[in-house]
Amino acid sequence: MPMISSPHIHNGDSIRLTMLTVVLALLPATAAAVYLFGWLAFLSISTAVFSCVLTEALCLHWMGRSTHAALDGSAALTGLLLALTLPASLPWWMVVLGSVFAIVLGKQVYGGLGYNLFNPALAARVILLISFPLNMTTWLVPMSAAAVPLDLYDFQLCLAFFLHGPEVLGQTLDAVTMASPLGHVKTEWTRGVGVQEALASYHYSYLNAFLGSEAGSMGETSALALLIGGIYLLARHTITWHIPFSYLATVLLLAAVFNALDPSHFAPPMFHLLAGGLILCAFFMATDPVSSPVTPAGQLVFGVGCGVLTWCIRSFGGYPEGAMFAVVLMNCAVPLIDHYCRPRVYGHGADE
Amino acid sequence: MPALLKQLSRKLGMMPFGFHGGVELDQRKLTGAMAIEDCSLSPVLILPMKQHIGEACTPLVHVGDYVKRGQKIARAEGYVAAPVHASASGKVVKIEEHRIAHPSGMGLPCIFIEPDGDNTSETLEPWPDWAERDPGELRERIRMCGLVGLGGAVFPTFIKLVRDRRNAVETVILNGIECEPYLTTDHRMMLEHADEIVAGLAIIRHMVAAREVVIAVEDNKPDAVEMMRKAVVAANIDDVRVAVLPTRYPQGSEKQLIQAVTGREVPAGKLPVHIGVLCQNVATVQAVYHAVCHGRALTERVVTVSGEALPRPGNLRIRFGTPVRFVLAERGLEDPGNVQIIHGGPMMGERLRNLEVPVVKATNGLLAIDEQQMSSMQTSEQPCIRCGHCSEVCPVMLVPNLLADHCRNDEFARAEDYQLFDCIECGCCSYVCPSTIPLVHYFRYGKGQLAQIRRSEAFAEESRLRSEAREKRLEREKQAKAARRSRVRETHVSDGPEHVDAAGKETS
Repeated sequence: MPMISSPHIHNGDSIRLTMLTVVLALLPATAAAVYLFGWLAFLSISTAVFSCVLTEALCLHWMGRSTHAALDGSAALTGLLLALTLPASLPWWMVVLGSVFAIVLGKQVYGGLGYNLFNPALAARVILLISFPLNMTTWLVPMSAAAVPLDLYDFQLCLAFFLHGPEVLGQTLDAVTMASPLGHVKTEWTRGVGVQEALASYHYSYLNAFLGSEAGSMGETSALALLIGGIYLLARHTITWHIPFSYLATVLLLAAVFNALDPSHFAPPMFHLLAGGLILCAFFMATDPVSSPVTPAGQLVFGVGCGVLTWCIRSFGGYPEGAMFAVVLMNCAVPLIDHYCRPRVYGHGADE
Repeated sequence: MPALLKQLSRKLGMMPFGFHGGVELDQRKLTGAMAIEDCSLSPVLILPMKQHIGEACTPLVHVGDYVKRGQKIARAEGYVAAPVHASASGKVVKIEEHRIAHPSGMGLPCIFIEPDGDNTSETLEPWPDWAERDPGELRERIRMCGLVGLGGAVFPTFIKLVRDRRNAVETVILNGIECEPYLTTDHRMMLEHADEIVAGLAIIRHMVAAREVVIAVEDNKPDAVEMMRKAVVAANIDDVRVAVLPTRYPQGSEKQLIQAVTGREVPAGKLPVHIGVLCQNVATVQAVYHAVCHGRALTERVVTVSGEALPRPGNLRIRFGTPVRFVLAERGLEDPGNVQIIHGGPMMGERLRNLEVPVVKATNGLLAIDEQQMSSMQTSEQPCIRCGHCSEVCPVMLVPNLLADHCRNDEFARAEDYQLFDCIECGCCSYVCPSTIPLVHYFRYGKGQLAQIRRSEAFAEESRLRSEAREKRLEREKQAKAARRSRVRETHVSDGPEHVDAAGKETS
């Protein structure tokens, strides 16, 4: 049915174009993941993307809607984002389960695209972390080529590991795993070791954390790759500066103030910035349009909330990493934020 | 803080004021370099009895009457109204309902004139000495000539041209923005009739006693800026400046233009005059000049006839009442077929379903566009992904996606809370929506429903008051009756003894 109502022209933007832009922005991070974690990254990412699109198509089919929408790019993006937040050592069935959680529990139960309360990828990651705490915190050493027992760049071996788990290797993974910087700091703190000593014993380097060779989730380790994508999104105007800026600034500010007060308990700001999923969350997760506020003022509030929660969970919580919990918690507050952070309408309460 | 910086930079003259949001549009001004031509006379002219905002007019002529061009053929009813004049000499052939360009597709009573081609016209006395005349007199002249805002809003012009001590006009703004794609009528008008426009401005300024005049033109029309500057110098009048504004839609919208030029907002529910500003469109100002200096009533206007699907686009001076089909045929489009015809601009205009509708005072453009080019037709509405682009571009700072939700769900109280009635229907939100949601359509629906609800509420309230008044009256009458009765009885009682006495005497 053609619309009779004006306007009669359109700028040509579409949901698919928006989603493809974000996927494109994630390409540097994806490439970094494959570079750092070899064939395992490739296998996990393709499995997640494929499972998400398939689940979406099945859901749409069962609900009697057009399955065409499964190809609008949103499901693929969810799969990609989910995979980037996972450790490389996860077996295939957990990746598939996570993808099904993301699409079914994170998105379709709410009514599909546009109606979900949470960011589907993050919701799925939270479910996975709570369900499989051990697997979700086993971090492979990045770029472990020709290592025993797992060579990340040996396709046969990676495929077997991905399909059948560590049993195929004949020995435990310990030789190729390590703690993430955040995890290490948290563990040491519970043992009574201060942050400075913990970082020293970890041989932590800011440069490595920036480039991505510290342990962590596949797509979260390289701040550089993520920043390239984030800047691209800002330049394309797919996202606005409000959420990333307020989120990162809040974390940095809190970290700086408390680090100055008590450097042995509170980690320095740059450590917070480069560690864990903060940059991925700030540019790609918290800015998910569906589950974030619409108005600029609301986005600032949302970003500050995410920042406060992230820093609090990291500093005081039981989990070493708080970024994804922070975003998921703030997602709940979005309708409220939207209601109270409306812009001042033209002519209402002006300076007259 | 950014607001402070903005204000500071504006104070220092580093930045024009601008307005919130808006979009940059592909200009598609195909006819910018084409001089204004006269459209030939249609064999029949159809003049609707309402071509303005306000009450419809009453016909003054009968079938068979001979009318001259410029003769008043319909009387304005009420204050907010403009009379209709014959746009050619000829015979009135019928007076009946006919389709007009209106989204409802409804008709209006129209006077049909068959022109005789003689072009005998009737004008009022020319007043080249307007400067010595009383503003009230000039105002009456403008009212009699049927002038309305020719930018598209068609609000009767004389109403705005008032000298009021409480709301003195300080600044007169000439709206030469013409921000809709395709349209070039104001552009051509400024190029070809700059002197008349400046003369019109002088008349308006005399009428409202304004301190300054600002001629606002977007920077996509440098030649018009040049012409207007020259005309101002030639006319040798003070305190008139030409403001060149960066091209951005919808800058031509009155409230946005005022914000862009003065940096001030028109308070909600108020008129520009309440902050001392008067806006007039280029074509309206020229019509003011003609009405005052030549005594000419409004019987024609310049219309941009354009669009990629039109063989010979151009800027045509068209008599009111000319059927759209006739105009298109004159420019080579005999059979529209798959071509869509838009009345007005592509952002705010209306798609015509019937080409027999006449050109009226509100017609600033007639566009012929291929269906393929209208992307809004190809994609259906998809779920909102809350990207927020709509709020970014909204010039009145609404939150269109939430507002549309409320309208769609018939939650009109909420929609009103989200300031539905402040929407100017500029279409920016729909233009940028990646889900191609027809937001403006929902807003129109919501406004219509709310107006309906208010009407029925007002009716119910009126009925209630009436029935209450009736009950009170009945009660009053009852009490009055009772009071009268008791008074009668009292007089009876007070008179009683005498009566009794008398009676007693009588009886005894």
